Amino acid sequence: MKRLLSLAVRAAKAVSLVAVIAIFIFPFFWILSNSLKTYEETLVFPPRILPAKAMLGNYLAALSRMPFARYLFNSLVVNALVLASQFLVIVPAAYAFAMYRFKGKGLLFTLVLFGFMLPQQLTFVPIYLLFGRLRLLNSYASLVLPFAASSFGIFLLRQYFMGIPAEIIEAGYLDGVSHRQSMMYIMIPMAKSALASIALISFITHWNDYFWPLVMTNTVKVRTLPLGVAALRVTDGTTEWNVLMAANMLLILPIIATFFVAHRQIKEALVHSGIK
Amino acid sequence: MRDAAGARRPGSGSGGVRRGALAPYAMLLPAVAGLALFVVYPLCYLVRISFTDKSMLNPRPKAVGLSNYAELLGSAEFLAVIRNSLLYSALFVVGSLSLALLLAVWLSKPGKGRDFAQSAIFMPYIVSFVTVSLVWLWLMDPQAGLLNSLLGKLGIPPCPWLSDTKTVIPSMALVSIWKYVGYYMLLLVAALKNIPREVYEAAKIDGAKGPAVFFRITLPLVSPSLLFLLVVSTTEALRTFDPINIMTQGGPINSSSVFVYFIYEYAFKFFRIGYASAGGVVLFALISALVAVYFNMLGKKVHYQ
Repeated sequence: MKRLLSLAVRAAKAVSLVAVIAIFIFPFFWILSNSLKTYEETLVFPPRILPAKAMLGNYLAALSRMPFARYLFNSLVVNALVLASQFLVIVPAAYAFAMYRFKGKGLLFTLVLFGFMLPQQLTFVPIYLLFGRLRLLNSYASLVLPFAASSFGIFLLRQYFMGIPAEIIEAGYLDGVSHRQSMMYIMIPMAKSALASIALISFITHWNDYFWPLVMTNTVKVRTLPLGVAALRVTDGTTEWNVLMAANMLLILPIIATFFVAHRQIKEALVHSGIK
Repeated sequence: MRDAAGARRPGSGSGGVRRGALAPYAMLLPAVAGLALFVVYPLCYLVRISFTDKSMLNPRPKAVGLSNYAELLGSAEFLAVIRNSLLYSALFVVGSLSLALLLAVWLSKPGKGRDFAQSAIFMPYIVSFVTVSLVWLWLMDPQAGLLNSLLGKLGIPPCPWLSDTKTVIPSMALVSIWKYVGYYMLLLVAALKNIPREVYEAAKIDGAKGPAVFFRITLPLVSPSLLFLLVVSTTEALRTFDPINIMTQGGPINSSSVFVYFIYEYAFKFFRIGYASAGGVVLFALISALVAVYFNMLGKKVHYQ
């Protein structure tokens, strides 16, 4: 009797585990399944779980219905520029916070933390006006510059720099290594994994971003892929869900691929950012 | 190796005392400039224009004192926005944190299935809100959606989801919980793994049972992470924009319009920058007040190891 009961408990646990996994995986499967259906099939009620015959035509339709190459190019350019500008700004800043004692350090670090806490959904109107005055709306600059001084990056990298054993750094100074050389040839190579984490988080954030390019741009010339995909949905008319889901597959594929390759690193980076 | 040898040249570089004193400021200059230009300045500017009638059409704004704020508080629309935002945030914060804690306690024990479940639950967090919004819009379609078809099979009457003023906010909260709970769970799993094993063993020897262990040991020891998550999730909820803009555009009849959507609409559709900015200042005050309340009321109860 007791054994039967424990067997039942174990079965119940396994079933609930499968149910939880299904709740979080199923919508992804639904995107894939609908991206392979015909338009008529998407209208059938009750909906069919699998397409009668998988067709790739929706992907071609998605590519031809928006300037996909342009959006993709813009996404890649913006991501590359954000990453490059972030590294140029945060590496010296994190080094200064970790290695120097100076007047105003506490205040400046509070400024970094404040930047971390303040959502850009609060300041987008003034920044829009600022870029308007600088004639930088509808430019890559408007999508890159506000993110260069990444509080998250400074915070994470400073933490990592502080964890490098003091003996290693002091040995360098005793050998006559300057601060700049220490940063370039000792600290940066040792912080490779932190830099990789920052790069991953930055890529995920800006590849996915919808709000900022929506506000700062209104032309295909600089708009990024998430806006292109969102624009495929017509609010006043019939949306072709099969084509829309195919477009979404194209949008999430790079992220899913990155996740499969580096899921441990992504998780660790996000956990470290959350815990002091 | 060549680099290291080059670095050893004595007296090279900027090691001098005089320059060393200024070096950290020079290194921080780009970061501070960025934060000043895109964090501090916009916040000050936001407050300033909230006291003017600035609009996209009117190049010469004039000071109007508190009239934007008076208009906001007298507007039924803005009061609805506050109500919607608070309801949405409460549902999101309570729902996502309690679910995250439950999942974390359950899935932090070792096991292949549990590891896979953690990854599956985390996946929506790294996918664009555009995709999340669109697939849930399709799942929640009142006529052709899969959710109502499933409810029908279980003999439950169809739910109007996003198309009814009463169900739209809970439905939105559900979608956001689905997207964010994996991240919150992951942080709590990390916190749980930091609890030393001996603490649990000592409790076992003292004869503590399941619920007592959870409330007396687990909960106090993850309370710093929970406080952090309370701040993070509240901010996340109050800055929500993407799913509203994609799924409902604030509808039906303003029943899902929230702060950022309201600000966006007034600034970019009705061009009333001053009025929209006043809404932004109210949101900033609300977030600051909530964070202060959390730290003052709960900060003392939080157990730091």
